[in-house]
Amino acid sequence: MQETPGGEPPRWLDDFENVRKVYRGLWIVCLVVLFGGQGLLAWAQRRATDAHAAHHGFGFEHWPGFYALFGFIACVALVLAAKELRKLIMRSEDYYGD
Amino acid sequence: MGIEQIPPGWIMILGAALVPLLAGRLKQAWMLFVPAAGLAQLVFLIPDGTGMVASIFEYDLTIVRVDPLARLWGTIFYIAAFLAALYSLQLDDDVQQVSALLYAGSAIGAVFAGDWITLFVYWELTAITSVFLVWASRTERSYHSGVRYLIVQVGSGVLLLAGVVLHVHDTGSLEFSDLGGVTDLATVLIFLAIGIKAAFPFLHNWLPDAYPEATVTGTVWLSTFTTKLAIYALARSFPGEDLLIPIGVAMTAFPIFFAVIENDLRRVLAYSLNNQLGFMVVGIGIGTAASINGAACHAFAHILYKSLLFMSMGAVLFRTGTCKGSELGGLYKSMPWTCAFCIVGAASISAFPLTSGFVSKSIILAEASSEGLALTFLVLLFASAGVFHHSGIKIPYFAFFAHDSKIRVKEAPLNMLIAMGIAAALCIGIGVFPGLLYALLPNQPEHFVPYTVPHVVTQLQLLLWSALAFGVLNWYRIYPPELRSTNLDFDWVYRAGAPAVVGACGRAIQALQTAVLTATRARIVGTIERVHRYHGPHGVLARTSPTGSMALWVAVLLSAILVLYFV
Repeated sequence: MQETPGGEPPRWLDDFENVRKVYRGLWIVCLVVLFGGQGLLAWAQRRATDAHAAHHGFGFEHWPGFYALFGFIACVALVLAAKELRKLIMRSEDYYGD
Repeated sequence: MGIEQIPPGWIMILGAALVPLLAGRLKQAWMLFVPAAGLAQLVFLIPDGTGMVASIFEYDLTIVRVDPLARLWGTIFYIAAFLAALYSLQLDDDVQQVSALLYAGSAIGAVFAGDWITLFVYWELTAITSVFLVWASRTERSYHSGVRYLIVQVGSGVLLLAGVVLHVHDTGSLEFSDLGGVTDLATVLIFLAIGIKAAFPFLHNWLPDAYPEATVTGTVWLSTFTTKLAIYALARSFPGEDLLIPIGVAMTAFPIFFAVIENDLRRVLAYSLNNQLGFMVVGIGIGTAASINGAACHAFAHILYKSLLFMSMGAVLFRTGTCKGSELGGLYKSMPWTCAFCIVGAASISAFPLTSGFVSKSIILAEASSEGLALTFLVLLFASAGVFHHSGIKIPYFAFFAHDSKIRVKEAPLNMLIAMGIAAALCIGIGVFPGLLYALLPNQPEHFVPYTVPHVVTQLQLLLWSALAFGVLNWYRIYPPELRSTNLDFDWVYRAGAPAVVGACGRAIQALQTAVLTATRARIVGTIERVHRYHGPHGVLARTSPTGSMALWVAVLLSAILVLYFV
């Protein structure tokens, strides 16, 4: 548990166990949105009477879980690339001397 | 003269003149009244089709042209000006208050300009008036940043004027309208001029350089006008220009890498502002009626949530004195309302369903999709995930959560909270009732339906799994920590690179000069010495003899001649 200044009562998030709960909760929500979402998409596809609406967009958009996987991989790649970028461009705070 | 005769924007410009004469509550009321009066004038007194022409020399200048595109921009500019004025209410600094009203007024004037000359005048006015919001921080750093900002902004105006002069010479038309693409020198110059203000890649550095150096309230004003005026000018003059698609795509993608590692949270927002402009530029580049609508709609929504985000970070800076991720954390305990409003802004910029970003950005993505631009679509999708990552999560997380920085401050002042509250309500209102905004779009009818099952589901999948990526990286401590640093961007070229090259050239020239001078001096000294040797006081050619010896020698020579003559 993190210390709080001046005898302030600790908040819910100050307990690391609760942070763990938030992290697990995020996993659960993501899995629900992935699998539940795929179910919903399939249902919407069946209901769509308009053939154009059913086959709208690019082919890759209809791969199962495309958006979830894309978001996850894109962000991991972004962060790892940015970390590498730091080696190249990071300088001290007063680099420009003003 | 009735109030409807005053050109839009001039209520703000004239209103600014009175500010230094007022004080206290009266001044505060005036700062709120001026943008509200301007908005009321635009909504109730100026119908579409209103025009105002002034003749100067042999040119007819269309000072005012009102159509749906201009009206949409004018409306959101007034709303943003009102919110920024409300947010700055505790401020008592004539320099900032006057320049803010002049700046907003000239941006609004520019939106209603019907010809290139009028646009140019307002274009430069926005540059000159806005720099005071940067300088008003009154630090060495902000002074230098402001000078760079001013040079770039005025430079954009000079390019615009050069392009306009050529354009008018070639075509004889002054009308500020579609130029039909980048085809000749005139259009290239105008394109570059607009591109500078729109923060095209490599022309963008003034934005992340200057905006974070402005005052707490100044950045809120700045974030609205200059760049969106440029987007408006692009929508007017280069709709459907193919070049805009790759430029816009690059704009959405590259700033997010900088945003991830940037420590100053207002600079993170400046980079994400650049990224959001990219979406609008792509929309204009696609050039269909729907995609222009998408760009306009996104500009409207963007101004609100970006103001909101800058307001929330401004409030943090105002209370804690810093805006650096490395120093902040745990502020949700002492600034819960600011935190909540920031999260609404963060959700909106990330385009969560039920927020304004969702109903606006989707139009552009849907158009990229229906035009079959697969690569563009994928990069925009990457940028959507990325913007959620750095603006949607990083900003609130490092300011309000993360590790407790033990900073305990008061909640933001009431006027700031109300301004943030209204902006947040508008973000959600537009997200819930998109039809209200769609009705204002320039190309009617707008039939876009944002809330379909596939759209909501796929967007939630994209965003939540991006959040999961952040969660996982953070959990395993892979996520890069916030570090006090300067990250080099293209501005290194003119802030360090060019000065270094110029410095090296200067030193080389100096060395050469010294060498030439030394050699020359040596030769001159040598010559003088030689002359001195022969002609100096002891020189052989300067030797003197008494007159008597000359008489003697003459006598000797005479005698010798006489002797020789007789022999």
